[in-house]
Amino acid sequence: MSNPATEAPVEDAAPVQTHKVFKHKRHVNGKFVIGATMLSLIILFAIFGPMIAEFEPRDSDNPVLIPPDSTYWLGTTSLGYDMFSQLATGARTSLMVGAVAGLIAVVLSIMFGVVAGYVGGVTDELLTLAIGVMLVIPGLPLTIVISSLVPGRSGLLVAVILGITGWAGSAVVLRAQAQSLRNRDYVSASRIAGENPFRVIGVEILPNLLPLLTGQFLFGVILAILGEAGLSYLGLGPTGSISWGTILNEAQAGGALTRGAWWWFVPPGLMVALVGCSLALINFAVDEIINPKLRSAPLEARRLRKAKKAAKAEKKAAKAHKKTEVNA
Amino acid sequence: MRYVGRRLVIYAVTLWAAISLNFLLPRMLPGDPASIMIAKMSRNGDVTEAQLESIRRLFGNPDTSLWDQYLQYWQQLFKGDLGVSVSFYPTPVVELIGSALPWSIGLVGMATIISFTVGVGAGMFAGWKRGTWVDHIVPSTTLLQSLPYFWVAMVLIYFFAVQNQWFPIIGGYNVFMFGGPEWSWAFVGSVLYHAILPATTIVISSVGGWLLGMRNMMVSTMGEDYVTTAEAKGLKKRRIMTTYAARNAVLPSVAGFGVALGFVVGGFVVMETVFSYPGIGKLMITAVRGNDYALMQGVFLVITLTVLVAMFITDMIYGLIDPRARQNV
Repeated sequence: MSNPATEAPVEDAAPVQTHKVFKHKRHVNGKFVIGATMLSLIILFAIFGPMIAEFEPRDSDNPVLIPPDSTYWLGTTSLGYDMFSQLATGARTSLMVGAVAGLIAVVLSIMFGVVAGYVGGVTDELLTLAIGVMLVIPGLPLTIVISSLVPGRSGLLVAVILGITGWAGSAVVLRAQAQSLRNRDYVSASRIAGENPFRVIGVEILPNLLPLLTGQFLFGVILAILGEAGLSYLGLGPTGSISWGTILNEAQAGGALTRGAWWWFVPPGLMVALVGCSLALINFAVDEIINPKLRSAPLEARRLRKAKKAAKAEKKAAKAHKKTEVNA
Repeated sequence: MRYVGRRLVIYAVTLWAAISLNFLLPRMLPGDPASIMIAKMSRNGDVTEAQLESIRRLFGNPDTSLWDQYLQYWQQLFKGDLGVSVSFYPTPVVELIGSALPWSIGLVGMATIISFTVGVGAGMFAGWKRGTWVDHIVPSTTLLQSLPYFWVAMVLIYFFAVQNQWFPIIGGYNVFMFGGPEWSWAFVGSVLYHAILPATTIVISSVGGWLLGMRNMMVSTMGEDYVTTAEAKGLKKRRIMTTYAARNAVLPSVAGFGVALGFVVGGFVVMETVFSYPGIGKLMITAVRGNDYALMQGVFLVITLTVLVAMFITDMIYGLIDPRARQNV
């Protein structure tokens, strides 16, 4: 919203000003709005979808492999499951696993990254080593190995596994940032004032890392949702529950590809992509807050180009004016 | 030199930790996984002596101490003995991995190189054209990145192998024409033909990351004083873009590329499964489905080792191309 108090004088001054005065507008980030709207819609779908679905997700009394129509909004599978109901129930599992895993990953990356960066010394060396080890060990294969060794897996367990294997990347980022914050004056001041390290980290460091943490959390959620989908596709996801990954697994096994049942395998993948996209858009907005260069540089370039264009137009106008004068 | 030495120590410890984790993981599980496993397998038929041996090897012989098992594990590792596969009995695990490796490295390696080249090139352009219409296209690349890559594979199969039968649905070569890998032009042609869809999958799902990273670095670099100086000197635009901005902006991408090469072997496990591509990923899934723990451990070890080696080499080269990295170890 623009403020009328600042707007009015600008309009008045417009004809004579040589230097453009920029209106103080509260900057609403378009990417954030789109991302947040998409995410809210998906979450609403996960909450209310299973309630408004007319059929149970595992109700196999329906006709088999029907394309989407007015009764079966997203068609049915080869076992007669209603796809809409499956997709909505799957949304709950997938989003839950993603959120929990993302949270675990962020907490672990704070425990390792921020502490290593802030404390320094031998603690830093040891924690960095631990981060390095987790960074090198490839996440998905490790998750596959762990999942295959655990016979009965709940959704929560899969989330924990994904969280434990997916924190190292953010820990590296957080460590670098914590290291640079450590030597700021206000942090030194509170340390000298005798605050204990936990309080310094909690009150002085973490709030300043908040935008970064948000970004890492969103990234962790995307990674976990993709990971869960991959695991479930391989048949190593949560046992007995429905998620977007298990739908893809059943679609592959049920020959959805060769039987042309696109409504069976397209929606779940698209949902994963939409969640990822919405989180990535929010992440973009957060990135632009952290790194003002990303925001200001394109703006500046645009401004420069506009100015050049205006100068050119002015020149042209002046020339045309001269010409008409001469002609006259 | 101090830089190299320090990194070497870190990598040596990481290597030790990774191998030890591989040893400990099956033994750390709660309950008595060995007997659960045997019970599970005997439900599906008789448990062979080979399978029992493989399980004992994995979860440890209850008669010996953990430390003795650990020493024995290292001994076997040094001899290059990763055990015998159960699902392909009696083929040694090393042999199976050896025959699957070239497929993964060839396919994913080539696709990664293509994706890197295209992504970084496009990212350079997008960064150069900052503040124009290109800015609005950049966020859409995140949609590409958010696509589950194995789902991209399924969609590609549906459109280009089932609906229009332009490409084969599965496999690494035509198994009806060739009994096994051989050196002939026809075979190479068949391999390339079978590699198109899997490679496209990889490029689609990874090109966005390269583009975005390069674009953001490019935008930051374009704001540096030396770029302004170059502009003030009146250098050609092309020269500023390539030798001044892009050359510096590409450094993090090069590091990322090194790491990505490390994930060539184990990064696209699920994609290989979708295409039944005869690489390491499919081998791993075969092992998981067949309760073939020796094979699984071996594959996991190879995947970890590749990442480790790739990261180490990247680290060393990065120290050479970016002297700043050497200073703040």
